[in-house]
Amino acid sequence: MADAVHIPDEAETRARWGAFAWTPENAEQAKKVIARYPAGRQQSAVMPLLDLAQRQVGAETQTNGWLPVPVMEYIGRQLDMPYMRVYEVATFYTMYNLAPVGRYHVQVCGTTPCMLRGSDDVFAACKNKGLVKGGTTPDGLFTLNEVECLGACANAPMVQINDDNFEDLTYDSTIAILETLAAGGQPKIGPQIDRQTSAPEGGPTTLKEMVGENHDYRGQWNEGATA
Amino acid sequence: MTDAPAPAPFVGPLSDKDRIFTNVHGFQDWGVDAAMKRGDWDNTKKLMEIGQDAIIDTIKASNLRGRGGAGFPTGMKWSFMPKESKDGRPSFLVINADESEPGSCKDREIIRHDPHKLIEGALIAGFAMRARAAYIYIRGEFIYEAKVLFAAVEQAYEKGFIGKNACGSGYDFDVFVHRGAGAYICGEETAQIESIEGKKGQPRLKPPFPAGAGLYGCPTTVNNVESIAVAPTILRRGAAWFNGFGRENNRGTKLFQISGHVNKPCVVEESMSIPFRELIDRHCGGIRGGWDNLLAVIPGGSSVPLVPAKEIMDAPMDFDGLRALGSGLGTAAVIVMDKSTDIVRAISRLSYFYKHESCGQCTPCREGTGWMWRVMERLRTGDADQSEIDMLFQVTKQVEGHTICALGDAAAWPIQGLIRHFRPEIERRINENKGSAPVMEAAE
Repeated sequence: MADAVHIPDEAETRARWGAFAWTPENAEQAKKVIARYPAGRQQSAVMPLLDLAQRQVGAETQTNGWLPVPVMEYIGRQLDMPYMRVYEVATFYTMYNLAPVGRYHVQVCGTTPCMLRGSDDVFAACKNKGLVKGGTTPDGLFTLNEVECLGACANAPMVQINDDNFEDLTYDSTIAILETLAAGGQPKIGPQIDRQTSAPEGGPTTLKEMVGENHDYRGQWNEGATA
Repeated sequence: MTDAPAPAPFVGPLSDKDRIFTNVHGFQDWGVDAAMKRGDWDNTKKLMEIGQDAIIDTIKASNLRGRGGAGFPTGMKWSFMPKESKDGRPSFLVINADESEPGSCKDREIIRHDPHKLIEGALIAGFAMRARAAYIYIRGEFIYEAKVLFAAVEQAYEKGFIGKNACGSGYDFDVFVHRGAGAYICGEETAQIESIEGKKGQPRLKPPFPAGAGLYGCPTTVNNVESIAVAPTILRRGAAWFNGFGRENNRGTKLFQISGHVNKPCVVEESMSIPFRELIDRHCGGIRGGWDNLLAVIPGGSSVPLVPAKEIMDAPMDFDGLRALGSGLGTAAVIVMDKSTDIVRAISRLSYFYKHESCGQCTPCREGTGWMWRVMERLRTGDADQSEIDMLFQVTKQVEGHTICALGDAAAWPIQGLIRHFRPEIERRINENKGSAPVMEAAE
């Protein structure tokens, strides 16, 4: 908790977000989410609703979103939960931003599998583009954070920027992605080298029929022994 | 007279026709129509007609061991669920897709490229254990994967495969998706249940075990994605087929995820017990810089101890083979490190990971993970005393086994493995640091 962020709950936060309410579409979506859980267990919906709220705040502020205290209170009222229970959840999980972030939330994985494949170079590229760990660039465009394993280890090193993964990075491809975003473009999502998802670079060693057609292997099930 | 020796077990390479996840690399569409052409949802009703106990017996006979890391027999786990509700409580299946173990990236491929195998498996497993519904807990960072999964579940409802009278079987079964929000600990089964209930993901004391009182206080089984997704294929092809791969007690096929210093990292389905060397040479283009350049391997995700090069090169990649080396198969997340690796830094970074992910509930873990990481950093730079190596080892022993869940163990084991196998390297750094210290003082 030593690296916990300062949680803004000042007068201006309350003035800006005190009247927070769902947009009509999100109100519909919130109803759908709550219906996934048994009656009386609506507290289960707190995580998806916090995510939805963060996205709505993001849309309203042209950023990746965050969770002002009045927004957490709003969700607590909707789910009949004490505010403190909502706050506990919001502070426990890393994906809830407790303070404002930039338009692009650059989350570089620094855990060992990515480190072995060169996440130091990815951080160096971010640094050379003016991004500072834990901070937002003065133009409000990029917030950089080091995160723990994002589960794309066969495509290391990787970065998640808002909802998209960029994988198999190098110093140069990281620079290119950041420059494209800064210029308002959309970089190619996924592996940045010649590679289909997590298949080996240069082409798969298995299931080659699948490359060209939706092959059905059932016809071969009884052919020969397992060897 | 002696018995004829048992035939040698099949240990790979697997042929394509025996691969379960045929769309693992996503060359083809994940949608329901394409999945049906590959064989998913093919007369699922018939698979269910053999009856709930017969399904569990088939899974038991297949010797499928849980794919989430612990390797507990899946069929036996299902059989712990109550056969009838005596007090009106429903039962639940929770599918653990909170894939957060550093090195692991297999559930992601199943969910984004073959989601219908998982949903069909959810129906079959849920039916067998008499569950009312399945909750699939997918980690929050899998944003695209969750979108695919939500859409795939919707497709399955539209086709009548799940919901009321699922697949025309007369059984009602719902599948819900629950997204996490960034917490490794929610991969622990009781923390995951807490999280679905809308709380902090802090593990519960056991007993009561989830099969007695789990989600919402109801009987619950938590299974890994891969364990569930292979079930329909096992039922279609028979327990004997699945038993035809791997060594005794380590049967079946397995998604291996190879990362780190190989020429071509990848995710690939192979036979259990495949020798390490064959796995790497066949699918990953060998070790970067050749086999002589291999330093060590973490064979089952960050929580298992590393194994030095010469011990692992020809080891069988399965539960028992890696346990014999003082490590484990875990999730079959193979992290390869060549001789360019700063091995102390690599393990220290894992210690930081566990410090970051400790939920803070038990003192030995909350305090111990931070303490261990700080000492690891001193060992990394050599700014330590020789006696601290033994002290660190002792502290890992005091954390291990003294916490509610296994995160304390998982934080301790990588450090123990490092000290066991690379003590001379740690000592060298301390000695060099000591040797240079007076010189530096003189220079100032």
